[in-house]
Amino acid sequence: MASTYGKILKDGLLVENPIFRQVLGICSALAVTNLVVNTLFMGFGVTFATALTAFTVSLLRNYIPVRIRMIVQVVIIACYVMMIDILIKAVAPDIHRFIGPYVGLIITNCIIMGRAEAFASQNKPLPALVDGFANGLGYTAVLVAIAIVREIMGFGTVLGYVLPARDLWWHQWTIMVMPPGAFFMLAILTWIARARLVKEEAK
Amino acid sequence: MTPLSEMGFLSSFLLIFVSAAFTDNILMARFLGMCSCLGVSKKVDTSLGLGVAVMFVTATTAALNYLVYTYLLVPLRLEYLRLIVFIVVIAAFTQLVEMIIERVSEKLYNSLGIFLPLITVNCAILGISLFMLNKPYSFLQAFAFGLGGGFGWFLAIALIGGIREKINEAALPKGLAGPGITLVVIGIMALAFVGFSGMIKI
Repeated sequence: MASTYGKILKDGLLVENPIFRQVLGICSALAVTNLVVNTLFMGFGVTFATALTAFTVSLLRNYIPVRIRMIVQVVIIACYVMMIDILIKAVAPDIHRFIGPYVGLIITNCIIMGRAEAFASQNKPLPALVDGFANGLGYTAVLVAIAIVREIMGFGTVLGYVLPARDLWWHQWTIMVMPPGAFFMLAILTWIARARLVKEEAK
Repeated sequence: MTPLSEMGFLSSFLLIFVSAAFTDNILMARFLGMCSCLGVSKKVDTSLGLGVAVMFVTATTAALNYLVYTYLLVPLRLEYLRLIVFIVVIAAFTQLVEMIIERVSEKLYNSLGIFLPLITVNCAILGISLFMLNKPYSFLQAFAFGLGGGFGWFLAIALIGGIREKINEAALPKGLAGPGITLVVIGIMALAFVGFSGMIKI
């Protein structure tokens, strides 16, 4: 069994990474990645919600009528997102002020719905939990990667610490912390990921 | 500038509409509705259809959610339930509209109705309702915000659809074709929309 869990974890993190492979959930991927701190909070929220939603949906999979399953799933997701919203507000009110609306938007993050629909509704609770967790982590990893580049190039800092080179020779690119920077960064990352994919498929 | 509350009705309505559509474009500046935008914007026709449907739903659900929030949740001190309530309102409303359109007009259903289920999970709609709460809007101003936000999204997806139709004929590196090049296109358009920012401050 351990190897199956390992495979699910690897699939979610790398092979079937939700952002590159499935092009899901990029709305919030772009909005919060101008600072690494924001991204970490957002990633935590998404991972938590994806994992627990998958677990719950899988537990209830035999009781939810097929016709109304979407709305049931949305309500389950909304419950968990509400918890995260309240939690972040209590722990880090300053960060919540900035990412608040986007935390609410985790509800409509396609990754959660996608995993609930594609995996959790057909599998046992524990694998579903691992799958949700892995996809959440895969999402967080890509986000943090984007955020690190944007924060370094835009502010010359990482997690708020000023890099020594900043004042010497680096001129900060304000564009990187503005919306277009996010689009370009994600475009470059998708390009790299897809190019590797095309190569692998050609083999 | 005169504060919003002291402005005449029409000018505040127009101002909010323009600012929601251009300076704070929901897709270019707030990054919302990207998933369906990347998925559906391959052709101009479908882009227009989805755009109109989104505009309609955003405007009405913003107004509905405003009423629910101000007259139900705030008096009962249940603001923390807003996420659940908003998404249920949106889901129920789209479901209802889909059913009505299906009965009333087959032509309209074929052009608009097929997009409605997609809209429930479009983050732009929920996003408009959530961002609306950040400002002290009146009912009609909230409606203007929803209408403007929806129009901004419509405009963006229509433009992207048009560009993508042409770009599909270009020879692109395999890895870049599809979502990659679309993101680059959106990035360049976002640069243009950055030019609007600062024009209007609300």
